[in-house]
Amino acid sequence: MSYKIDEISSQKNTWLEQRKKMTDRDFKFETVSGFPTNDIYTPEDITGLDYVNDLGMPGQYPYTRGVQANMYRGRLWTMRQFAGFATARESNERYRYLLSKGTTGLSVAFDMPTIMGYDSDHPRSLGEVGRVGVAIDSLQDMETLFSGIPLEKVSTSMTINAPASVLWCMYIAAGEKQGVPSEKLTGTIQNDILKEYIAQKSWIFPPEPSLRIITDIFAYACKHVPKWNTVSISGYHIREAGSTAAQELAFTLANGFAYIEAGMAAGLDVDDFAPRLSHFFNAHIDLFEEIAKYRAARRIWARHLKEKYGAKNQKSWMLRFHTQTAGCSLTAQQPENNIVRTAFEALSAVLGGTQSLHTNSMDEVLALPSEKAVQIALRTQQIMAYETGVANVIDPLAGSYYVEALTNKMEEEAEKYFAEIEKRGGVLAAIDQSFFQQEIADAAYQFQREVDKKKRIMIGVNEFVNDDEHLEIDLLKIDPQIEKDQVARLHKLRSERDNLRVGETLDALRKAAAGTDNLIPLILDCVKAYATEGEIIQVMREVFGQYKEKPIF
Amino acid sequence: MARKIRVLIAKPGLDGHDRGARIISRGLRDAGMEVVYTGLHQTPEQIVEAAIQEDVDAVGLSILSGAHMTLFPRIYDLLKENNAGDIMIIGGGTIPEDDIRELKKNGWVSEIFTPGITIDTIVEWINSNVKPE
Repeated sequence: MSYKIDEISSQKNTWLEQRKKMTDRDFKFETVSGFPTNDIYTPEDITGLDYVNDLGMPGQYPYTRGVQANMYRGRLWTMRQFAGFATARESNERYRYLLSKGTTGLSVAFDMPTIMGYDSDHPRSLGEVGRVGVAIDSLQDMETLFSGIPLEKVSTSMTINAPASVLWCMYIAAGEKQGVPSEKLTGTIQNDILKEYIAQKSWIFPPEPSLRIITDIFAYACKHVPKWNTVSISGYHIREAGSTAAQELAFTLANGFAYIEAGMAAGLDVDDFAPRLSHFFNAHIDLFEEIAKYRAARRIWARHLKEKYGAKNQKSWMLRFHTQTAGCSLTAQQPENNIVRTAFEALSAVLGGTQSLHTNSMDEVLALPSEKAVQIALRTQQIMAYETGVANVIDPLAGSYYVEALTNKMEEEAEKYFAEIEKRGGVLAAIDQSFFQQEIADAAYQFQREVDKKKRIMIGVNEFVNDDEHLEIDLLKIDPQIEKDQVARLHKLRSERDNLRVGETLDALRKAAAGTDNLIPLILDCVKAYATEGEIIQVMREVFGQYKEKPIF
Repeated sequence: MARKIRVLIAKPGLDGHDRGARIISRGLRDAGMEVVYTGLHQTPEQIVEAAIQEDVDAVGLSILSGAHMTLFPRIYDLLKENNAGDIMIIGGGTIPEDDIRELKKNGWVSEIFTPGITIDTIVEWINSNVKPE
């Protein structure tokens, strides 16, 4: 294609004359994050774009076009459906069902007591056991969870953060029991504590000791569990909490850089741990904005890792990511419409080059997903992969004036936030100042106000509403008996295990926590002695203390 | 002139989904009410203590963890035990219709607002149902 910019400008002026005479619909022409959009994009909008340095080829620096040279022609993205509920046995059945239906990676959802480091019989766990995920109290539950599932063959993602070290050790020990050495295990622990303080709010310890545990995990993983993704640096929850796309991008990558700096400060070589960091983004409803976000994310990560942190291994430069469609974009009204929303969102993730994808079920606004809803969500991905042709061509929207201009804009906005965070003294200082929390709260409030005032349309909620709506889908119910059974199992375990050994391993962990030794081997000892998650976390809580948030709104 | 309506917005349970609680807190404040937000991970005991100490007219509980059938009755009972049964309980979150019926039938909650509701609707409801004393 050849063109002269001045010719385009003059042509554009003629068009503008004509266009000015026309009246537009009464509609806010901006992205879902509130970026105003032009009505057309031309080469004028991307004059500075340098193909070789800013885009390049897939599998090459700066990876704007994707991290693999052949992308989905080599292997489709992993269709990874997040699931877990009730007890280890019920979840194990669901995993086997998903594997039999063609899912290619497991993703474990834990219940709130497990996420917060409480055993199922703790007073704070009352009513929460097995509700939003699976209850795991000890290695025994972890063994049941993966019973009959060969751990050398599946990759497992575990959505666990504050107590990630403990659940990871249980997984390693469960693998050992199956005869699988830790070197062969593949998977991910989310282990992203910074976004907990910022958005998801499932913290236990204060930031400093939390970061120490994470760097202990880095050091242990590169020696013993080399194929494991040690942190999934997550924007998903930041977006769900109400951030804009640019905030999601900027805050997530800022957190990622904080982990890089923490690892380097702990004396590790950046190339020893950076290749095992992965990312996790939200796929919201604005198709082009999301695609631009993923492309910008890869370019920014590559540039910072290479230029700022001096990484030499190409794998350190590559931003690999998992995507989940946006739960917060779904509506309780006319829930079947959520199938359509999710399909568009999934499309953005694939056009943006995701490595794995979870598609939400239509009923997730209402309850945990039912089996039928889960199947439709998975089928959505399969239809996209095998029928639509979108996976045939790598980064097919590159060169679109709009998508490239928006990708540049995303990068600029992120860099502005990095400068602001730096000015505030870094990520930990900015968390302490409630900077991220306030930015997100402001964006969330503004969005809600716009929906309330119908400045933003949500189908079925404030427009095209069905007045006589009643729900026609079956919701999954969790039997309260499950909590009682789980507590009974836990009590049985406590009475049958070698409690002397449990006490010894917990004491050793307590001493190490107060010192500087790597905690992972000691946590592994506790886990193998069948110490419970709650007991292990309590020991660390006594040494490290408990985080407390300033409640702002 | 009657004093402003005082509301405690509380997040019981272990989950950290505070988007709704914070939006409602700000919305009620912008509508002229006095709002106290507890922050996350509050036990029923902590919530009831805060409600009494802050002398509120209503407690708004935001629950997205699925533990609503345990938490609403517990807080209702605790308020009664502490001679604060006149404090109205309202709620919001992902709460299925069957459960809402059950909660209201037993008087454990006066009203529940589910996803898709506008802030103005909640403000209007509170203004017409909660009387500051």
